[in-house]
Amino acid sequence: MNKQTQDKPAPYWNPLIAGILLGIVLLSTFVVTGHGLGATGFTTRLTAWFGMHLLPVATNANEYLGGMVEEGKPLDAWITWQVVGVAFGALVSAFLAGRIAIKLDGKKFLGGSKRPVTALFGGILAGFGARIAAGCTSGLGLSGAAVLSLAGFTFLGTFFAVGLVASRFMKEEK
Amino acid sequence: MGAILSGLLLGGAFGFVLERAGFGNPNKLTGQFRLTDWSVFKVMFTAIVFAAVGLLILEQLGIVDSGSLFIPPSFLGAAALGGALVGAGFAIGGYCPGTSVVGLMSGRMDAGIFLIGLLIGTIMFAGIYPSIESLTTLGEIANADSLPELLSVSSLSIDVAMVIAAVGVFALGSWMEKKSRGPVSSQEI
Repeated sequence: MNKQTQDKPAPYWNPLIAGILLGIVLLSTFVVTGHGLGATGFTTRLTAWFGMHLLPVATNANEYLGGMVEEGKPLDAWITWQVVGVAFGALVSAFLAGRIAIKLDGKKFLGGSKRPVTALFGGILAGFGARIAAGCTSGLGLSGAAVLSLAGFTFLGTFFAVGLVASRFMKEEK
Repeated sequence: MGAILSGLLLGGAFGFVLERAGFGNPNKLTGQFRLTDWSVFKVMFTAIVFAAVGLLILEQLGIVDSGSLFIPPSFLGAAALGGALVGAGFAIGGYCPGTSVVGLMSGRMDAGIFLIGLLIGTIMFAGIYPSIESLTTLGEIANADSLPELLSVSSLSIDVAMVIAAVGVFALGSWMEKKSRGPVSSQEI
């Protein structure tokens, strides 16, 4: 590693290269597991896990989360290991590229000093929406489109259309 | 391969590639919606086309059984509504669920806040689930789960159309990137 790469972050990969490598990972996942990659399968189970420990009666009685805590192990699923892997892989990549920096990012385009509010509100919308669709950008958009599913293409269509419109309302800080 | 090992390895590769592509960076991710940085479209289209063509080849070779692949059911109203909310959440919050994990691991506090929001959104959904359960099965197309089934065409013809669309996305995206401030680099604050 030369001096320059230690001083400033390494450049991001060319999108074509990154896309092909992501395609290889996605294809391998289908070959090994029969399904694609995901994310909110885990956050839903994590929500059930918190519920089981903090509000056990209400969580057990809940129609949506109750089934996941029946056996007492809501996190016992492939998607949990996959998301733990995502976190670890991202950490290794960011570390090797010199891109780890503790900061509140995105202020310039996403709300300025109100950035914590936009991050929280955006997360709530995405978390709620992913449960209606039973999937997120990875699970339904990326993986669903790779198997040519109508649900995957539909998800991507409204995802990008509404994202484009919503983005017009975010004021850029000069 | 054991489930734990395959999850960790495939997930690890997923996270590594997302971070390398710059998808832990909310400025880069939302640049797609400002049409100044087309990396999200380029990477996603390439990966989808690569995996779709790859699956077709592996099916022909008898390595993958198409009947054993998970195809999400055609609740298109639910997919459209959920896609709209995740898209709005992405544009406002700066991440989608998977990329927020990548953002957090590179030290971004806003990504951690987004993740907390995800959990709150899930709790809100679960809390009112009985009254909105019908939304999750909205707009069912009963006779087809995939585009080739719906149109009665081969998977190959859809794959060819997607390759052409992907080339178009690269051409359009690169042209619009040149006309605007262009892709967000790793060295911008």
